[in-house]
Amino acid sequence: MIKPVKNEMQPKMAVEIAGIKLKNPIMPASGTFGYGEEYAPYLDLNSLGAIVTKGLSLKPKAGNNTPRICETVSGMLNAIGLQNVGVDAFIKYKMAYLEQYSTPVIVNFFGNTQDEYGEVAARLDDVPGVAALEMNISCPNVKHGGIIFGTDPRAAFAAVSLVRKRTSKPLIVKLTPNVTDIQITARAAEDAGADALSLINTLTGMAVDVKTRKPRLANIIGGLSGPAIRPIAVRLVHQVVQAVKVPVIGIGGISRAMDALEFLIVGARAVQVGTANFVDPNAMATIIAGLEEFCREEGVADINDLIGTLEL
Amino acid sequence: MKNLKTIVLSNQEISPGYFRMKILAPGYNNTAKPGQFVMFRVQRSLPPLLRRPFGIFRAGFMPADCDSMQPKEFIELIYKVVGSGTEIMQRLHQGDPVELLGPLGEGFDLGVAEEEKILVGGGIGLVPLYMLAERMVETSRVRLLMGGRTRDDIIMVTEFERLGVETYVSTEDGSLGEGGMITQVLKRKLDKFPKSTVFACGPMPMIDAVQKICFERGTPLQVSLEALMACGVGACLGCVVKGAGHTEVEPRYLCTCTSGPVFNAENLDWNKIEVTVVGSGGCK
Repeated sequence: MIKPVKNEMQPKMAVEIAGIKLKNPIMPASGTFGYGEEYAPYLDLNSLGAIVTKGLSLKPKAGNNTPRICETVSGMLNAIGLQNVGVDAFIKYKMAYLEQYSTPVIVNFFGNTQDEYGEVAARLDDVPGVAALEMNISCPNVKHGGIIFGTDPRAAFAAVSLVRKRTSKPLIVKLTPNVTDIQITARAAEDAGADALSLINTLTGMAVDVKTRKPRLANIIGGLSGPAIRPIAVRLVHQVVQAVKVPVIGIGGISRAMDALEFLIVGARAVQVGTANFVDPNAMATIIAGLEEFCREEGVADINDLIGTLEL
Repeated sequence: MKNLKTIVLSNQEISPGYFRMKILAPGYNNTAKPGQFVMFRVQRSLPPLLRRPFGIFRAGFMPADCDSMQPKEFIELIYKVVGSGTEIMQRLHQGDPVELLGPLGEGFDLGVAEEEKILVGGGIGLVPLYMLAERMVETSRVRLLMGGRTRDDIIMVTEFERLGVETYVSTEDGSLGEGGMITQVLKRKLDKFPKSTVFACGPMPMIDAVQKICFERGTPLQVSLEALMACGVGACLGCVVKGAGHTEVEPRYLCTCTSGPVFNAENLDWNKIEVTVVGSGGCK
């Protein structure tokens, strides 16, 4: 099945998700890469498979009080609270900046209500340069950050159906791991018209300062990310791949090429890198180079030949 | 600006719990501005996962070993051992690999030449004031007011004196210099030299007290803030502080990493200030 190639050959890295052609399967996870420009001094944005923006809402959003982050064992908790410039300012200023790059831009968004989801999607629908929308139904950090839509399959189905009607762009739905059976929400999103699924968003967590006896985050509860959550994410991606026909984007604790490969082998068509961007702004470039090297060493001519090749 | 994989040149304890680390840093001598910081990675393995921000104490260079070689540029960090990251940091030796991202952030505005300057440093908050003093002594009269809980928290005063800075020390327990808070000294100095500009860095209660004193007198004030940061480049939004005019409806959050760490006091919302104090490596 895997065709051996000579070592010096350049393996094919391009993948396709919901009709979007990506140079390689590596893209940032929403909320860890700003609007792209923050990382432009450190990383060639044209080298990425895609750029995924910070989550946008209809109106600008203030976010939570501080402290908003804290480090935990091999991970971090965050409760930023979806601070963002709002969809209109994004289109006017941030998208104008991103248009200079050839990399597809995937715009992450959320709403407080179904109608808000629909309205944000509609405003982005005719914006040139937006390759796809990623609908966040999984933020754990705000009361109406979409998690209600992510944990109740009926609400998920209704919200995704409504957004589906308001956009002609490819629609990716981002799922939460904080559910009993992720296959149910995954199927609900697929049945409602999602073109792809991305997972996982952060796991809810909490940390306490034992001296002050206060929570380490002002929001008390936050989302756990980083290497600590990777095995959980790999398991959930494996389960979702079994349950749906649409392509899946794997997310969770990826900081090296080997981590990305685990997700591809269980069946993810692409992956998102999150917390690792904070640790090393050049992390995604290192991962892309590592994937190419792995393919050369293992004699894999095309990265697609690795996807979904889990041996059971 | 890029991530620099480099090595430690030296690492010494200068006062109980306080260390001074010299790091090889090509390119920093001409680019690092007073008040800027680096995101420091203490080792490639975990823990810690995230880098930590440290204010740059000083940038400089060592003469070349022989004619054909380039001078070796370095930066110095001064840090207090407060947690797992700084625990690892204190055990590093010459030649150990570390990573620097920087120089980052908006530094101090040097202000008008010839006018009197007062620096207020609380404990490890003294760190970013040194480079500032280095630049300002060329054109201005500079006074340093250094405060700490005990004498162990009073560091680097001699280095400031060598620059020609007049220094005044106070400790809360009276073990060195005047007993009490450094803010008492600030009030006296401002009574005597009311035309001064103030530059402050230290624990948040001190910064807050300094702000009140300066605000009442209309004294220009720049503060260097410290905050928990994941990225240092404006992406994670973990380090935000409320800017002047902030409301829930029209939020005006400023990233400490990119809009700061040095702020003009008038640009911040002092009613709701809630920056998290970490206390490891100078203001940033």
